[in-house]
Amino acid sequence: MTAAMTLTPNQTETLVRKLTALADDEIILAHRDGEWTGHAPILEEDIALANIAQDELGHAGMYLELRRELDGSDPDRLAFFRDVDGFTNVRLVELPKGDWAFTMLRQYLFDAYEALWLDAARASTYAPLTEVAAKAVREEKFHLQHTALWVERLALGTDESHRRTQNALNELWPYTAQLFQPVQDEEGLVEAGILPDLAGVRGRWEALVVPHLTQKCGLMLPAASAAAAAGRDTHTEHLAPLLAEMQSVARAVPNAEVW
Amino acid sequence: MTQMHPTETAEQHAAFNARIARGEKIEPGDWMPAEYRRQLIRMISQHAHSEVVGMLPEGEWITRAPTLKRKTILIAKVQDEAGHGQYLYHAAETLGATRGEMLDALLSGKAKYSSIFNYPTHTWADVGMIGWLVDGAAIKNQTMLAGCSYGPYSRAMVRICSEETFHHKQGKEMIVQYAQGTPEQRQMAQDALNRWWWPALMMLGPHDADSPNTGALAGWGIKLKTNDEVRQEFINEHAPELLEAGLTIPDPDLHQDESGNWIHGPINWDEFWAVVKGQQGLNKERLGARQQAHDDGAWVREAMQAYAARQMGQAAD
Repeated sequence: MTAAMTLTPNQTETLVRKLTALADDEIILAHRDGEWTGHAPILEEDIALANIAQDELGHAGMYLELRRELDGSDPDRLAFFRDVDGFTNVRLVELPKGDWAFTMLRQYLFDAYEALWLDAARASTYAPLTEVAAKAVREEKFHLQHTALWVERLALGTDESHRRTQNALNELWPYTAQLFQPVQDEEGLVEAGILPDLAGVRGRWEALVVPHLTQKCGLMLPAASAAAAAGRDTHTEHLAPLLAEMQSVARAVPNAEVW
Repeated sequence: MTQMHPTETAEQHAAFNARIARGEKIEPGDWMPAEYRRQLIRMISQHAHSEVVGMLPEGEWITRAPTLKRKTILIAKVQDEAGHGQYLYHAAETLGATRGEMLDALLSGKAKYSSIFNYPTHTWADVGMIGWLVDGAAIKNQTMLAGCSYGPYSRAMVRICSEETFHHKQGKEMIVQYAQGTPEQRQMAQDALNRWWWPALMMLGPHDADSPNTGALAGWGIKLKTNDEVRQEFINEHAPELLEAGLTIPDPDLHQDESGNWIHGPINWDEFWAVVKGQQGLNKERLGARQQAHDDGAWVREAMQAYAARQMGQAAD
């Protein structure tokens, strides 16, 4: 690929690391969303959340295709044959799906981050990423509309739905800081204009989600905590069983050429 | 002869039957015999329930799909089933049924759904075999229903069939690949065929002689072919394709007759009825899963209503 030739070896290595982290977030979040398919509170949401899950898987596929262009790696080998310590998703997305408030609020917090990150990534100097970002950002805007409304409905619905949404926020909020933690050497790619500056994305994210959650939805933001201190190589106890299930069929026939 | 409600006249029935005979579509506001309405609500809601319960056996494999592409396809497929359920509930609503009543009838066990979904899915290859055989059988039935006399049902079937055609193709593609894959994959494909062949034949319904509703439904242009005719179409298409894929059909009596029809051996209807009645298979588990989703979602539906009422109140201020 010509695009790859403009990168230094260290830039390539860092970009591979970043693309993998982006893809892992999507793979694991889509997995959690997919657990709802057939079990949602209303039939219309079986449809809507399944759509979101497919989009997130599609984004994972696009990031891993960009990685393949850089190092020749196979997306399905990466998804189905890495162990827990090889996965680099944020802990936010691996938490069990919880109730509908937890799922919708997590998806909202993630969608807001992803939509803003992609919006910024459209200005990347790395053309393959610019193309992917332009395609994915359109989908993320729909997700964000959908999940922002759900958070509002639940927060302003009944006492019970408000309580559940507040509980979900208390649990999820500390995990969001990790979304804005750069991977190793990411600053070099930011300087080269290849990747968006996460501090800038974080500022826009807070300006979007904080007023929605507090002023619009009447929720209370919990105090910040140190939960985000560890890096993407550290996971909760929930990732191992998720991967064991997700990879079970693929690993049962490791020499299969096609599935 | 079709059943006549006490308030209905022979003239009304004659005029209605003449419309059917002319091949006209009956639309929601049109006059129709009460029995026509009752039969359609029964059939359409049962069909909708089948789509909704039908999400479960394959849905169990979403978390285990072995590639990113297969996972996306499977989520999309189960999503389509939800969409089909939605169209069909709406089609039944045009006849006066409500979604609440229909869901209650499903969860209380009063309404039936296709018993094919009470069979367990043991391996990943079942996902492919369901697409190929179960969706293949459903397409035969639904293509026939696309010509039925009730407009909303007929149009829903046209849309559903076009999506089912994709399901059928992806299922066949999977099984054909596995039948040529590793020994484990070949074994998985054959095992899935062994378990799904007979249920797929049975899902097209009892033999014509034992099918109590067929007469009236045929008279009103709802059912344009008999169960045995549809079953024959299904076998004629699928038997040669399965054999060509290198699989063995689990019926020693299966053969082609001089007219080219594939003739199956005796069907074990005792098993069929045992599964229909819930004495065998996963009826309890399937309804349990639906009940669980319904109960877990109750507070969400209450919140939606409360929020909607609040918005209406604000708009009125």
